[in-house]
Order: sequence, then C-alpha cells, then structure tokens
Amino acid sequence: MPTLTLAGTRLRQVRLAQGLRQADLAVRAGISASYLNLIEHNRRRIGPDVLTRLATALGLPEAALSEGAEGGLLDDLRAAAADAVDTPAEMDRIEDFAGRFPGWAGVLAGLHRRTARLSRAVEALNDRMSHDPHLQASLHEMLSAVSSVRSTAAILAETDDIPPDWRARFHRNLHQDSERLALGAEALVTYLDGSGQAEETGIAAPLEELEAWLAARGWQMSEVEAGDASALDAEIAGLASGAARVLARGWVERAARDARALPLAELLVARQKFGDDPAALAAAFGTDLLTVFRRIALLPGALEGLVICDGSGTLLFRKPLAGFALPRFGAACPLWPLFTALSRPMVPVSTQVQTVGAGAPRFSVRAFCQPRYPGGFLGPELREAAMLILPDPAVLSDPPGPVQVGSTCRVCPRVLCPARREPSIMAEAAG
Amino acid sequence: MTGRVLLIEDEPNIAEAIRFILGRNGLQVFVQVDGRDGLAAVESVRPDLVILDLMLPGMDGMEVLGHLRRDPATQSLPVMMLTAKGQGRDREAATRAGVSAFMTKPFSNADMVAAVRALLGAA
Repeated sequence: MPTLTLAGTRLRQVRLAQGLRQADLAVRAGISASYLNLIEHNRRRIGPDVLTRLATALGLPEAALSEGAEGGLLDDLRAAAADAVDTPAEMDRIEDFAGRFPGWAGVLAGLHRRTARLSRAVEALNDRMSHDPHLQASLHEMLSAVSSVRSTAAILAETDDIPPDWRARFHRNLHQDSERLALGAEALVTYLDGSGQAEETGIAAPLEELEAWLAARGWQMSEVEAGDASALDAEIAGLASGAARVLARGWVERAARDARALPLAELLVARQKFGDDPAALAAAFGTDLLTVFRRIALLPGALEGLVICDGSGTLLFRKPLAGFALPRFGAACPLWPLFTALSRPMVPVSTQVQTVGAGAPRFSVRAFCQPRYPGGFLGPELREAAMLILPDPAVLSDPPGPVQVGSTCRVCPRVLCPARREPSIMAEAAG
Repeated sequence: MTGRVLLIEDEPNIAEAIRFILGRNGLQVFVQVDGRDGLAAVESVRPDLVILDLMLPGMDGMEVLGHLRRDPATQSLPVMMLTAKGQGRDREAATRAGVSAFMTKPFSNADMVAAVRALLGAA
C-alpha cells in the first residue's frame, strides 16, 4: 500500500516553496481547499487520482510527493513495532503517527536503529567470547581464583574458632590465589595487547587461524613458488573452521598470482638492481605496488611486517614484526601510515614511526592504497591498503621525525594521544 | 545437618573451602579432583549429594552427570553443578540432562550451605 498520508507534509512543503496558496493549488488540482488542508495535515490519505492531479498542478512527478525520507522512517517504525512483540503497536495508524509527530517518530526510529546496532555488537562480542578458547580459559582461571578467594576470605572473616592448622592452610591458599589473580590479570592484558600471540595455542577468529597457519610455515609457501599450489590442499583442509579454509584458499590463490607476477629468482635479481624501492620493482615487473609489498614481506627469510586493510580500515592480514604490536581485534591505531594511505589512494606514503613502551623502537614504513572496480566503471570503488613495516629505519634516506604510534587505543598507554578513540585499560608509564 | 557429600572439583583451594564449610555444618565431605575418579567414587562413597564442577580433567561434569542419570542406582541422586560460566548453553544442557541445582562461581558460603540444605531436605 502506498504511504500517501505522510506525503501531506511533503506536499505542504512543496506548495509553500512554490509560493502557492492552499486555495490556488486546490483550484488547479480540482479539489476543495478544505480537503487539501486535511491532506496537508496528514488527516486524509491521498488517493492515486488526487496524487496525480496535485503532482501535475505542481509540475512534479508523482514520486516527488509519495517517496522520500519518510519511507525510511516508516520502515524503521515498522521494524520497531515488529520487534516489540509484547507491546502491539497500532500498525494501521503508523503513517498518522509519523505525520503528526515527526519528531517523536524520529526519536523512536533512531532508538530502534541504535538498539539494532547494539544488539549486533553484543552478538559479535558474544561470538568472540564463545569462540576464543584462550580468552575463555583465562577468564575461567581468574574466576576460579576469585571463587576460592571469596569463600576462603569469608571463612576467615566469619568463623571465630578455626583450628590453627586450617587457619594456616587458608592463609596459604589466599596467598596462592592472589598470585594466580595477579598473573592471570597480567596474562590477559598481554593477550589483549597481542604480544602473547606467538605463544598462544588457542585460535579465535578465522583470520587468526589463517595467520597462525602461515606463521607456523614461517610465512613461506615453497609449494606456490614451485607452481604447485594444490600441494597445500591437504593442509588447508586441516584448518579448524570453514571460514579459515576459505580465507586460506583465497590467500594461496593470490600468492600464486603474486608469484607469477614476480617470480622468485627474477625478483631477487631485481632487488639487487633496484634495492627495496617498491615503485621501481613494480615498474620493472609491470605489476602493482601491493603485489610488490606482499612479495617483499613474504620472501624467504623476510623480516618485514605487513598489514593489509580494506576500505573500512578492517585489518585483513597481519604479519607481525618484533616490537611493532598489531591488535588482535578491534580497530588499530589511527595514526598508522596505513590509514594515511587509505585516505589518499594511489599516493605512496613513506615515513618513520616510533612505537610506545619500553625501548620505543623505530620502524620505516611504506604504505599504499590501491582502488579497484570489480563491478566495472559504474560499480563501487573498493579500496585495499597495505603497510610494509621495515625493521631497519636506516633504509630511508631522509626520514622526517617519527610518528608516535600504538597498537590499538584500548591497550595503548599514551593517554594524551590526540587520536585517542577510547580510554586505555593501561595507565601511562610514570615519568 | 547430616549426610555424605561427594565433591568433584579440581580446584584444590575451592574444594578445601567447601569441605570446611560443609564439614562445620555436620556433613561428611569426600573430595575427588578428576571426573572419572569422581564417578568411580560414587559407588564406594554412596553419597547423599554430589557437588560437581562443570570443567573437570579426565571427564567433564556434563559427562559425569550423564553417567549418573543413566544408571538406575544414581538417577535420582541429587547433583549440584558448580559452573564458572553461570548461564548459557552449558546450563541449559545440564538442566536437560537432569541436574538438580546450580551454584555459580564465585558463590557465597551462605548460599552454598542453604542450597545443600535444600537438596538434602534438611531442616
């Protein structure tokens, strides 16, 4: 059914914009002024015939009166009503409500959208909790220690006549559990910081499973270099989740394309000639910069770290580099040159960065964003950006002052960072 | 309160605290730290109540509960499950499997005593 009642508000706006009086428009459209007044105040529906006449009188297509932002508002209100199963809403008066109380309708629709967003966020967090065995085991360990502390402390506080041997035992247990809690808290922060990734045995997300597989192989795929990518099928089939297997197959196919574009032996020779300039290597092989980034980072024995993200900034790939912490999940540090490149497609970004924390190592970073158009000229632009992290800052001839970067806001100690999104769980290091 | 309680809990400090609390309330408490050993001990201890941790080495609490409910000799034996997860799928599964009560960690000692008293039908 067309949502024509709400069109009254739109009709009134258009009429006033054209400087027409209600009576004049009514005459032109061949309806009574009082009927038009009711329509404009959303008290009467506009039939298709009247809609046509009004649109003609105003010199507009019918859709200009019947479609618009109200459609989205009504959709949101219907969705809100559908979700409120315990409180049936007057669905037959939804247009009347939105027309007479547009402000309240907007508030309700906005709250519904927000609720839906929060529900999705809760689902995503739940999913992570239930699929991250390491996190679950750590929390279980801490909860067990807390349970023991609670019961034991209550016994000591509430029991007057505890035999001395039991009292000594409970004091010893409290000490043990407080140690466990301290270690558990420290391990959790380390885990969230991502620096404990190498030691981690549990796998959380499909991307982490893919990265763990590649890390276990030293980030090398000699089978692909030898032109036999299918030799990896059995290993891929052994990955735990279907999603990780899909990611792994995609990664192997891409690695095979990269290897064909930049064959290993020729690439090694070219590096002797051009050094590590990705643009020079890309030109020499007639390929793009991101392919060169991937090849450099994944060459046998390569120390370079690599981070790849899509147009939303979501990290798609992380090859870590010692001293440069990469977030396990959540958004990365907005000061990473990766995101500078993402906002400036096709412009090479080359700079030095310095991480936070003890020792504060420096890195040379090269980043680039490549747009592509898989849907053709008229299709959407998709962006992919990559950041190559080089362990030796000396490779840059004239570096500017290093940019101070972190891993992700949640575990970054730089409290006064201008790019901070949210408070950190870690305090700024004293001094 | 009198009776025999078999506590199957792999956290020694929690087990010690529960043993003390229930012991002071007149109960005999037998402790096992492994699911498989705990199940085997049911026959020898002949408990009036089993307090069972969900996450156990050897055999987890759900499996132990399943064995107890399948055995005609223990199918009506009161079983209280200790869980650190509190709610959710494990709890639902345990309910379907016939658990008598839950105690969510961290619990208060008073709640533990009250729940045990209720399960034993003690005054």
